[in-house]
Amino acid sequence: MWSLANPTVFLALAQRALPGLAAATAALFAVGLWLSFTAPPDYQQGETVRIMYLHVPAAWLSSFIYGVMTLAALGTLVWRHPLADAAQKAAAPLGAGFTFICLATGSLWGKPMWGTYWVWDARLTSVLVLFIIYLGLIALWRTIEDARRAARAAAILTLVGAVDLPIIKFSVDWWNTLHQPASVFRLGGPTIAPELLWPLLIMSLAFTLLFVTLHVMAIRNEILRRRVARLTMIAAAQGDSLAPQLAAGAAKG
Amino acid sequence: MKGAMTALFLREWRIARRIGGGASTGAVFFLILVAIMPFAIGPDLNLLGRIGPAILWIAALLSTLLGLDRLFQGEDEDGSLDLLVNARLPLEIVVLVKCAAHWTTSALPLVVVSPLFGLMLALDARALGLVAASLLVGTPALTMIGAIGAALTVSLRRGGLLMAVLVLPLTIPVLIFGVAAASAASGGAAPFLMPFLVLCALSLATIAGAPFAAAAALRLARD
Repeated sequence: MWSLANPTVFLALAQRALPGLAAATAALFAVGLWLSFTAPPDYQQGETVRIMYLHVPAAWLSSFIYGVMTLAALGTLVWRHPLADAAQKAAAPLGAGFTFICLATGSLWGKPMWGTYWVWDARLTSVLVLFIIYLGLIALWRTIEDARRAARAAAILTLVGAVDLPIIKFSVDWWNTLHQPASVFRLGGPTIAPELLWPLLIMSLAFTLLFVTLHVMAIRNEILRRRVARLTMIAAAQGDSLAPQLAAGAAKG
Repeated sequence: MKGAMTALFLREWRIARRIGGGASTGAVFFLILVAIMPFAIGPDLNLLGRIGPAILWIAALLSTLLGLDRLFQGEDEDGSLDLLVNARLPLEIVVLVKCAAHWTTSALPLVVVSPLFGLMLALDARALGLVAASLLVGTPALTMIGAIGAALTVSLRRGGLLMAVLVLPLTIPVLIFGVAAASAASGGAAPFLMPFLVLCALSLATIAGAPFAAAAALRLARD
């Protein structure tokens, strides 16, 4: 973890890891998509059950990414890890994106199954709130100009949201819920048929790898963006006729 | 420490009184929010009586947010926030005292006038009491959660809208249990006591936890 604190080390590692990650993601997606389309249709839901292979992995990632961001926020505030804020900043749009995929596919799946695109059901509402929290975090990142301060403000908000998310989830459980309860990770084994479960697991793995790949790329871009900003500042200072005097004044003072 | 806390509390009170219209503007905003609902929904008293508790809670939520973006901004502008940050009084206590003063000057008047506005929404006597009681124990949580947003956006010039976007999702549990407790009288789904106790718990938990988050946000705005 700490050897990654050096951006150059991270960049070198990302350079080496990214082709493999991307290849593994593509391979898993190929297998997963092929299995999703050849898996037998559900005896009740028919062909629409295939939406599940996009919906469930996206839903899993929407909360997984928030977990990653919470860890990154702790990294920023507690351990002062230099790359944690880049990791957090890079994860927020990805989280918003996967949450949006989850909401959109769920909505499309809800139309044939429930007869409506949207219901104010507990699960849907808490995912929508998660989506809004992601958007708020992105807005906070964009509004505060100083990157270091934006990082710490976003980290505090992420932690507060992490405390609040379970409360939101359980408080909306008070409402009568239409969404089905967990059927994969539960005590007593999954209730889902194995020929439907395997494509789902492979797709989940593919989605997770896709997130890891995109996340590493986004962190790399963030590091490069900061370097460009710093180099631009240095270049501007060199071109500025007042800069040497300012520098001398700073050295004296 | 007690003297400093009292002095800070009195200072907040004095500012709220002299700045003009702190409490009264909040109450008027509350009234307007309640008054525009029948325009949107229609003047059907049965319907208004059924959703009245929800209207009052949403109006209280929005009017609590209204004044909160200025909670630390005035201090940030005139520099007294630096003094408060460097004072011997822990910043967490400062946040708590400021929130308490803000609550008594802006949220408490709403609680007091809420039965009156509930009357206009055709709530019966029991519902009026329940709405006022649920607002009384629920609004501290709104103030404390709002203080985190206010501290995060303290140095932003146009932080008000951003603050609402950041804070409103976090207030959803308070809203759910507040409305559940308040609408128990008018045929709500849940009994009164359970959501009411959860509401108390939310307020106590935010009073205990939010000052630390807000103080951390204020400290980072300093350096």
